[in-house]
Amino acid sequence: MSKVIGWIDDRFPLMKMWNEHLAEYYAPKNFNFWYFFGSLALLVLVIQIVSGIFLVMHYKPDGELAFASVEYIMRDVPYGWLIRYMHSTGATAFFVVVYLHMLRALMYGSYKKPRELIWLFGMFIYLVLMAEAFMGYLLPWGQMSYWGAQVIISLFGAIPVIGDDLTLWIRGDYVISDATLNRFFSLHVIALPLVLLFLVVAHILALHEVGSNNPDGVEIKKNKDENGIPLDGIPFHPYYTVKDIVGVVVFLFFFATVLFFFPDGGGYLLEHANFVASDPLKTPEHIAPVWYFTPFYAILRAVPDKLLGVGAMGAAIVLLFFMPWIDRCKVRSIRYRSNIYKINLAMFVVSFVVLGWLAMQHVTATITLLSQVFSLLYFAFFVILFITSKNEKTKPVPDRVT
Amino acid sequence: MSTDVVDKGRRRFLAAATGVVGAVGAGFVAVPFLASWMPSERAKNAGAPVEADISKLEEGRMMIVEWQSKPVWIVRRSQQMLDSLPKLEGNLRDPASENVDQQPEYAQNEFRSRKPEILVLIGICTHLGCSPTYRPDIAPEDLGDDWLGGFFCPCHSSRFDMAGRVYQGVPAPTNLVVPPHFYLTENTILVGEDGRAA
Amino acid sequence: MKKQLLTILMSVVPTVTLAAGGGVHLDDAPIDIADMESVKRGAKHFVDYCLSCHEASYMRYNRIAMDTGMSDGELRENLIFTTNEKGEPTKVGSLMKVAMTDEYAKKAFGTEVPDLTLSARARGADWLYTYLRTFYVDPNRPTGMNNLVFPDVSMPNVLGSLQGIQKAVYKTQTRQGVEVETVDKLELAQPGTMTAEEFDAFVADLVNFMVYLGEPVQNERRSLGVKVLIFLAIFGVLAYLLKKEYWKDVH
Repeated sequence: MSKVIGWIDDRFPLMKMWNEHLAEYYAPKNFNFWYFFGSLALLVLVIQIVSGIFLVMHYKPDGELAFASVEYIMRDVPYGWLIRYMHSTGATAFFVVVYLHMLRALMYGSYKKPRELIWLFGMFIYLVLMAEAFMGYLLPWGQMSYWGAQVIISLFGAIPVIGDDLTLWIRGDYVISDATLNRFFSLHVIALPLVLLFLVVAHILALHEVGSNNPDGVEIKKNKDENGIPLDGIPFHPYYTVKDIVGVVVFLFFFATVLFFFPDGGGYLLEHANFVASDPLKTPEHIAPVWYFTPFYAILRAVPDKLLGVGAMGAAIVLLFFMPWIDRCKVRSIRYRSNIYKINLAMFVVSFVVLGWLAMQHVTATITLLSQVFSLLYFAFFVILFITSKNEKTKPVPDRVT
Repeated sequence: MSTDVVDKGRRRFLAAATGVVGAVGAGFVAVPFLASWMPSERAKNAGAPVEADISKLEEGRMMIVEWQSKPVWIVRRSQQMLDSLPKLEGNLRDPASENVDQQPEYAQNEFRSRKPEILVLIGICTHLGCSPTYRPDIAPEDLGDDWLGGFFCPCHSSRFDMAGRVYQGVPAPTNLVVPPHFYLTENTILVGEDGRAA
Repeated sequence: MKKQLLTILMSVVPTVTLAAGGGVHLDDAPIDIADMESVKRGAKHFVDYCLSCHEASYMRYNRIAMDTGMSDGELRENLIFTTNEKGEPTKVGSLMKVAMTDEYAKKAFGTEVPDLTLSARARGADWLYTYLRTFYVDPNRPTGMNNLVFPDVSMPNVLGSLQGIQKAVYKTQTRQGVEVETVDKLELAQPGTMTAEEFDAFVADLVNFMVYLGEPVQNERRSLGVKVLIFLAIFGVLAYLLKKEYWKDVH
């Protein structure tokens, strides 16, 4: 065995990589619950890629055949239903995990110097993931697929001057059609996954270059023993591998519960209207995006102007990219930050969740008003943070992790 | 690191147990993915047994039905064709149909069929998958004087007799395949199933 | 004169419930998807009453036989009455299609006839159960019938001979100063061949089948799910013990 590894090592940095990223990657020993979601995101990525590869073997990206081919997978292909539910549940799981992973970063200041680039790579991953999910959602070619895509693509029409031509170019037809389906299919199964993989590798390499943050937000590299090993660090393998296995099993328990017992999530994961084949002449009564897009959709709906609405929605995402520079506080972890920050972040999370709920309701005057209030609260987070973080009253940060 | 004595035995046992159970789990996960490559219900339906009505099949003629997207030949052999079979035995690779993969048990006889006159064959050459042509004519110019009727593969000149038995000295290694089949009635054959009593 | 006919709610059975404005009350469909005998009866009803116009074009006949434990012979006897283009009997593994074209349907019914394979997933069991039981006489409609949950539906009341003919009892409400006539409840004007209980049970079987039809694998899915969760629980205990063992090192 060691001979084989030696042979490989002379030609490929196998043990070097193993050590750098696992056996001798020293992670802070005080990771808590919130630190499971990075490895879980990686797991979900694998689930999506594997189940996706097998779905492509049976799916037909053709305006005439797509809808029926999904039912063919659900009924005629041996275990096709399981693979399809894996993929559809995986999409939701991906966003759950990624949102919790992002919240972790906000709580413990994981985006702060020197980890700005990790955050930026992460935000690009999030952006690509949204594009990936959006294009994937068109593929079942049901009514929600069709009209959801119709609405989202129309957003680009809000862009002055080039808007109309741009939407035409994206669709490749005057309405969503076979041409749109084919290009979305190609992007969904080839282009975006490649970009995603590249970004994930970049994200992890950047992380392992500077080292992981932790719930105390202290830099473990400041205190090293005589061998240069951080005193508060433990090798990722075996300690965090065995810990992450526990996280994986708990996650899979929830994942399997949804997959086997609530695969359509009461109409929130697989929407009722998407069990009707797409029909360009008939809009379903109630269109709402899938849950993971709803907060941004609520912001869009809250603004009574097409261009401004699209702008606000875009800003809601773009602002997140600038977190490392909006937050000017030197203290990372929420544990040692002021109450203003705690309340501000709590309000941000609440507005995100409430906006998500609002977007699924029928529009009434009250719903619109609430959407506006919570949209303002969402943006207020960034403004308040920028103003208060410069001279924030923080608690003393310990020298070592607690 | 700890000052406690590490219980290496327990550690090794738990690691092995987790590893084994995890590997079993991974094996279970692989099942649906591998199974999804098996023929789907659509393919099974397309490949379902087909009925063939032979009431209008004249002596010496061949009809073709499609089963699992393959041509299945049904020939009503004349007495003269049946009589020709024993004459060829010295020229054949497997005159007694000893290769059991090439026909069901009930067709492992001198005529390679359930009823002597009715021959049922999958019309695909055992060499490289071409479909041979039916040549009942005797001693035609192109096939030579010793041709007593049979099947000739245009791809690589493999020759088979009127029971689908392969000649010696041709590329095809084995006799043509007799598919599972049985008689629903006197004049209908169900191709694709062995039927009750074989 | 501007009497708008807002069809609001109702229910045939004595349990008449009223929805105040907007939403239509749907009766709870008394179905049990694990009851394969009910699914089997429903399949027969479906073939008898629905499949002549509606398709279930993503479903194969023999899937029903497999899941309900019918033999191919029983399947032929009970469910397959069609022939293919060549006039041969439909294969047991065929999709449940009908010969009617969309063009013909448009002429005959003024609309395309929807495929029913997934209607239970699109509409829900309660909707189907209520819809099939709330046809009532409405002379203004070309078919002479209207429906409470699907106003101005084009489909004729194919179950009318079983259920009998229902009439609407209207009530007048004043909304924003406008008099609006709404259906208060439905009454049986002319009995059918079944009693109300028999008919409800008939529809329940039919709806049960349609729920099954929407996702034939659902029973298998749930039972496999239980096994997966048990496996994960066992694996989880081992993984947890392993983690605890290793983390003894960390102080």
